[in-house]
Amino acid sequence: MTADTAPILTVRDLRIALPEGADRPFALQGLDLTVHPGEIVCMVGESGSGKSLSAGAIMRLLPEPHVHVAGGKIIFEGEDLLAKTEAEMRKVRGNRISMIFQEPMTALNPQKTVGWQIDEVLKLHMGAKRKERQAHALEMLKRVHIPDPESAYNAYPHQISGGQRQRVMIAMALSLSPKLVIADEPTTALDVTTQLQILKLIRDLQKEDGAGVLFITHDFGVVAEIADHVIVLRQGEVVEQGPADQVLNDPKHPYTQALIASVPDLLPPPPKPVTTLPVVLKGTGLRKTFAARGGLLTGKRKAVVAVKDLSFELHQGETLGVVGESGSGKTTVSRLVTRLLDADAGAVEVDGTDLLACTPRELRGMRKHIQMVFQDPMASLNPRKRVVDIIAQGPIVHGEDPDKARARARDLLELVELSPAAANRFPHEFSGGQRQRIGIARALAMEPKVIVADEPVSALDVSVQAQVLKLLADLRDRMNLSLLFVTHDLRVAAQLCDRIIVMQKGEVVEAGFTAEIFANPQHPYTQNLLASIPGRTWTPPYRKTDAA
Amino acid sequence: MTVLDTDLRPAEPPRYVVFWQRYRRNRAALLGLGLFAIVVLMALTAGLVDPGDPLRRAGLPLVAPFVDAANPLGTDQLGRSILSQLFYGARISLLVGVVATLVSIIIGIVIGALAGYFGGWVDDLLMRITEAFQTIPNFVLLLTLVAILGSKIEWITLAIGIVSWTAPARMVRAEFMSLRNREFVDAARNLGVSNTSLIFREILPNALPPIIVYASVIMALSILLESALAFLGLGDPNYASWGNMIGQGRAVLRTAWYCSAIPGIAIVLTVLSFSLLGEGLNDAMNPRQKQ
Repeated sequence: MTADTAPILTVRDLRIALPEGADRPFALQGLDLTVHPGEIVCMVGESGSGKSLSAGAIMRLLPEPHVHVAGGKIIFEGEDLLAKTEAEMRKVRGNRISMIFQEPMTALNPQKTVGWQIDEVLKLHMGAKRKERQAHALEMLKRVHIPDPESAYNAYPHQISGGQRQRVMIAMALSLSPKLVIADEPTTALDVTTQLQILKLIRDLQKEDGAGVLFITHDFGVVAEIADHVIVLRQGEVVEQGPADQVLNDPKHPYTQALIASVPDLLPPPPKPVTTLPVVLKGTGLRKTFAARGGLLTGKRKAVVAVKDLSFELHQGETLGVVGESGSGKTTVSRLVTRLLDADAGAVEVDGTDLLACTPRELRGMRKHIQMVFQDPMASLNPRKRVVDIIAQGPIVHGEDPDKARARARDLLELVELSPAAANRFPHEFSGGQRQRIGIARALAMEPKVIVADEPVSALDVSVQAQVLKLLADLRDRMNLSLLFVTHDLRVAAQLCDRIIVMQKGEVVEAGFTAEIFANPQHPYTQNLLASIPGRTWTPPYRKTDAA
Repeated sequence: MTVLDTDLRPAEPPRYVVFWQRYRRNRAALLGLGLFAIVVLMALTAGLVDPGDPLRRAGLPLVAPFVDAANPLGTDQLGRSILSQLFYGARISLLVGVVATLVSIIIGIVIGALAGYFGGWVDDLLMRITEAFQTIPNFVLLLTLVAILGSKIEWITLAIGIVSWTAPARMVRAEFMSLRNREFVDAARNLGVSNTSLIFREILPNALPPIIVYASVIMALSILLESALAFLGLGDPNYASWGNMIGQGRAVLRTAWYCSAIPGIAIVLTVLSFSLLGEGLNDAMNPRQKQ
């Protein structure tokens, strides 16, 4: 549609060199891309594909000299950016090219008000009087739909919500009507409903201003939502690029096909007749408030209710999803049922025994029945222990012979599809997905009745995520496990869960079979959540791939 | 086409090899290691250099160094060989350094770990005690303890340990506070691991690297404290110690400077070796701090 106008940004054969001893010599090898006015170009790739570094190269924000541009051309509005001096670059940055970062909390200075920070950009590049600048800043805040721009102007970053902070970032980025906006995963840190609003906002504003947008993301749902043109990166090389429609619905390169096939689809499994099976885990009337501990002089702050009167039942062999946005209390639920946190009221029954009424000694014995897979694969394995000891630890604590437990740990590694050679290594030698597999093996070593999984795949790349989810589903079916699966990602929930509980601000707003809720959500919050899934109208094409 | 996530990366070399490679990068740390080796060697060979009592009369008093072949570094005002006192003094300095450091680190770890792990009133109580110790100047407390316990070398060592545990305790506490919320601790608790094992088997190994680095500082400080006590004449007179030598040499400082200068140099080099050693350990154990 805009292909005949002159491009804003042309990148030719860009190479970025990595320091010696890195996993590959070039972070980016021969990147070609063009951004036209009014076009959104999405750069997609998994972690380590070099997508963020390419943005850094365009803005000249690379951590030089370790990482530096080794060749190629970056032509912005007819000028070669690589030939510019640092002083000339400073005039371009923020003024004609601006950037929106991933984490709005850390991208804003916590010590200065929002207004001061927008004004700083204007002071540097606009050359207008203070009054005019303030009027312009307020106008921009209004354009990004911040409720009450005047009070937001005087607020500090911590006083406004995450979504509003990202709006402020966008207002800052667009305040000088740049020709090119680089957005580096701008919605990754946001909740799904906020994400959709921000995506819409970026698209609307960009249409009004006619700027070109280079949008970096790992999420194909977001790509489907926003992109005109798509570039797929893998390990620093472009594997495929083309119009969004073509790449998404008819990918040519096997890697793109595999990536797209890994995106969980939104078709939940048909409801299983599970209600006749015995209940293995039952929560009744669970409640947890976090009382903020007041100091001697500061006085008591208001207590926060994290979970308010939660009841649920988990049947044998069933997967129950707990979904909700951040702050909904879903992680607290996972800690309450495993009694890593003590509930204020209620009961958690595992096979008829109330976990919350146990003495510490009884509790240690009961723990083998309910195991957990944690969210952060980097933090959940003790960095100073060998994998075999990590997996065998549970059984040894519960009195099994150490040699037998270690032998079984090696078998479990095979079960989670890792080579037995992994047994004697330390956790830092593994990738995120592999660590999560080790975490699963550790949980399985106890032969638990219930596994509680707290966002087990949210830190993983999409192709790895698909593999870990498949493993979990396989193991569940093979070993007749019951899963309590906490997630914020409705696509993941749709793929794995038989029933779901939707939580909002500590309360259950809706519960039922996944298929029924997805087809016909009753509560407005659930409806809103489902309508906010990025790319919900796009169904990934199904293709056979040789792997994954 | 997708790389299967289950393929392992090539194995890394064993830990100690990696450790040595990182340590080797710091030249100063190698110098520190060399100096430390010399001190250890001196302590070990003291019996060979002079099989007799180092405090016996070995020649004329106040012989300058490099004059008499029997006493290459000269003698002090009582005619005792400076060389053999130096070698035997290395034993005392190392003994005091190692034992006092162990005492202070062990007290520090127990108090810091309990305070950091449990938090709440346990933390409040233990930290108030720590602060009470911190408000009294180290050396004054040491003098008091030695005055009460007496100046036997065992008591001096213990007293030095007792006055220097507060800093490691605070360090351990800070490490524990940040580590106790990590998921691997929850994971272990969820396996039914008891509090004691959680503290000592799960968290402590992860909290150790900065403590070990700091131990080298404490070792240097302990040697200095012992020397200072001896200098004031409160050291154990039954052992040759560098501090004793300086303290006695003080009386003849203007006429026979070498009596106090030689053990002084020994102390400087030993303390230097510990600091350099600590720096090297820091580079090797916390590689991400410096880049």
